[in-house]
Amino acid sequence: MSRNGVAHERPAWLTVHAVAVLGFLYLPIVVLIVYSFNGGGVGGFPPRDLTLNWYQQLAQDSALWDSVLNSLIVALAAMAISIGLGLPAALALDRVSFPGKALFRRLVLLPLILPGIITGLSLLMLVVLIGLKLSLTTIILGHGTALISVATTEIFAGLQKADRAQEEVSLDLGANYWQTFWRVTLPNLKLPIVGAALLIFTLSMDEIAVSFFLIGRDNTLPLEIWSRLRRGMTPEINAVSTIIFVFSLTMIVLWYRLRTRGGEETADIVATAREEMV
Amino acid sequence: MFSRAYKLVVALPPIAWVVLFLLTPYVLLFAYSFWAVTPAQQIVHSWNVQNYAELLRVPVYLHVLLRSVRIAGSVTLLALLLGYPLAYYVSFHAGNRKELLYQLVIIPLWVSYLVRAYAWKTILGSEGVLNTLLQYLHVTRHPQEYLLYSPFAVMLTLVHIYTPFVFLPIYAALEHIPRGLVEASHDLGASPMQTFWRVIVPLSIPGMIAGATFSFVLSLGDFLAPLLVGGPSGIMISNIVVSLFGTAYNWPLGAAISACMMALVLALLFATERLEKKWRFT
Amino acid sequence: MRTTSIPASQIGDAEKPSAPVELLSVRSVAKQFGSNMVLRDISLNIADGEFLSILGESGSGKTTLLRLIAGFERPDSGEIWMGAERLDRLPPYKRRVNTVFQNYALFPHLSVFENVAYSMRVKKTPKNEVSARVEQALAMVKMTVFAQASPSRISGGQQQRVALARALVNRPRLLLLDEPLSALDANLRRQMQLELKALQREVGVAFVFVTHDQEEAMIMSDRIALLRAGMLEQVATPREIYTRPATTYAAQFIGQTNLLQVEVKNHIAECAGMRWATSEPDGPATFSVRPECIVPASSATLTTGVDVVRFHARMLTEVFQGAMQLLQVETASGLRMIVKTAGGKARSGEMDFEFSAADAVSVRNTQRT
Repeated sequence: MSRNGVAHERPAWLTVHAVAVLGFLYLPIVVLIVYSFNGGGVGGFPPRDLTLNWYQQLAQDSALWDSVLNSLIVALAAMAISIGLGLPAALALDRVSFPGKALFRRLVLLPLILPGIITGLSLLMLVVLIGLKLSLTTIILGHGTALISVATTEIFAGLQKADRAQEEVSLDLGANYWQTFWRVTLPNLKLPIVGAALLIFTLSMDEIAVSFFLIGRDNTLPLEIWSRLRRGMTPEINAVSTIIFVFSLTMIVLWYRLRTRGGEETADIVATAREEMV
Repeated sequence: MFSRAYKLVVALPPIAWVVLFLLTPYVLLFAYSFWAVTPAQQIVHSWNVQNYAELLRVPVYLHVLLRSVRIAGSVTLLALLLGYPLAYYVSFHAGNRKELLYQLVIIPLWVSYLVRAYAWKTILGSEGVLNTLLQYLHVTRHPQEYLLYSPFAVMLTLVHIYTPFVFLPIYAALEHIPRGLVEASHDLGASPMQTFWRVIVPLSIPGMIAGATFSFVLSLGDFLAPLLVGGPSGIMISNIVVSLFGTAYNWPLGAAISACMMALVLALLFATERLEKKWRFT
Repeated sequence: MRTTSIPASQIGDAEKPSAPVELLSVRSVAKQFGSNMVLRDISLNIADGEFLSILGESGSGKTTLLRLIAGFERPDSGEIWMGAERLDRLPPYKRRVNTVFQNYALFPHLSVFENVAYSMRVKKTPKNEVSARVEQALAMVKMTVFAQASPSRISGGQQQRVALARALVNRPRLLLLDEPLSALDANLRRQMQLELKALQREVGVAFVFVTHDQEEAMIMSDRIALLRAGMLEQVATPREIYTRPATTYAAQFIGQTNLLQVEVKNHIAECAGMRWATSEPDGPATFSVRPECIVPASSATLTTGVDVVRFHARMLTEVFQGAMQLLQVETASGLRMIVKTAGGKARSGEMDFEFSAADAVSVRNTQRT
């Protein structure tokens, strides 16, 4: 087996292609950041008048910050629901045999793989049927439900890797199931749970499709930005986008460190989710 | 090994929740498609298939659906063409920069969808970066209007969004290929190029299928990119649904279109799942 | 575990061709990974049609040497030649060398047939020739029945045969085998050792066989190249390496031995009261005496005129092994030795032992003490 990768020649065009694609991926982001400092506003080349105007404007935009707060509330609540349900779901999938297990697994994954509009509309119909008013609560309901599978997948993977013998030892030494769960099982799942939490948080903060249909009076951040975009573009949006980018960057680096510290290969949610589906 | 109480406590809450808040809504959506709406904007629970009949009868729905399929197909194809060589490069040729490059590709994935779509809007607009740049360089004299508010803009935006999504499962599949197989191939006389087509590509097919499915399904159902950069000519099928749930108030019809989309997507998922199983060797 | 049967390779010794034709020449090759000097100044010639084992512990560099010959690594210095062709400059797909990998590396997406046919498909060999040669190769390793099977459905031993067929169908001039038997259980291993040896004789291709198992190397090889910490300790036939080890490491790694620290003066080696004639120069030296060369003293040998060394020792432990007995003894001066004699009645107490001076082999000490 090869020790340090495969030592065959690297074609030049492959490198060029890789650089070009990466450039393509980062071009809009770079433009966004650069123009958030642009005095002349959005558009126009070349950018001039370096300014922090738009960031200052952003700082005073109370409506926007309200929406940020709303998004945080939703994200944290969704995290609680998703993990609170995803953890037992993962345990059930790993250890309990129940009728309709395969169906359950696929059902839970559907919100990730179906276009968001379908899940959003379905939930809207349920909400209307129950007679619930549209508000942050309905959005929390939507996010929490849709993201259960993220928690389930991460925790399930963690369970598969865990050493079953530890639990057996605990039971053997006299602890009952509950004690074993709190003292042995849960601590071993720390990393997957935190990883899932990070992922759910980020996904919820950016969620639009499902939120679109469940929104009440209070906007989340993406929907606030959306409604402004409908009215016209302002460089302030660039500024908030830059901040979102920096924030996402931090989150992903954190998540990645967490995952690789847990000994995972560089795999991804989608791949594991697909494998789950198969 | 586990007591019945344990099993019940563990399995029941998620199952109950999922049945209540996931299964029921989807079923409800399906049910709605068989109902009707009165001119007074009241939903009437009279079971009929008029909505589906209308979808087949009125040409605009099929027309837009076809356009959506075309766009989704082009996006998927382009995302594969961009994403596969990149994944191959990072997996096989990146050396000790592999981790860094992987993270570099992932990062745009995590930046807000809205932010990225908006960025393209600023680039492609008539006052946008690209147009002013082209004029600055004297390549063009007037703003190119067709760049924005067109199917082209929708496609470009979606390719940008979904290339990393396609990259991920392909990269995972490539990483799973034991490097010993590449050495064995060389040992037996195959050049790197031959090894690529005879060994690496066949073993990465499940990854390609997974990425392509994901990209196609989500592009098909996308309504945000068309609203931001699509203009009237870039409308996709989900936009019709959105308006049917908004100003064009006809929930049952919207539900019917959604149900069709859902059926199409589920059929596709079923087919690709079987295909993926057939090509899974590692 | 020493057996009393004569290893197959030594039966064949008498049948070997008189002048070996040189096939591969490794010249002063060195290889470094990071700060780790894995191979230092290795020079080795491989003869056409011979079965050479590269024997060594893990970390000795044996796999690296194999990979250099195969082409998966390039030497940092030195050259590798095959005939008139310089090999180390060529990529692996241009060398007439094939490898059987430790974990076989069969292509999971191809059938057994297609795996074996791979090298011919790459060269665009015509279909009927491919069929004929693949069938012949599969028959040679007795895997004809499994032609259409998928590699994931056959056992480890069967996979290994397919890997062999795949490598040999190519008609390489040299076949490299990287510890191919280490993943097999003991019984299968024994069987495969004999089969591989027979196959090599039949096909006539030079085999370079990497292993850490000295018994395996002794059974199968025409010659053994003993590698330690990136240097060649000794390259010799099994018989030679056993009876005339060149270094303390060689003496200890292959079989068991007694290492005697002697002081040489005027061509007499002296150790714990024992004396024998030697051609070694004055000063300290190390001699190796194989346990089976030490026998209970008998009055008969005193009259034969052969230079015999006697000593008196006390029995410490005795291990009965059926055909043989392993005795640990200690002389009056505290020297401990191992003696291997034919099994018989239990022994105890103090006894006289002797060995022939010719069996005391002078060895170099290459190990850092």
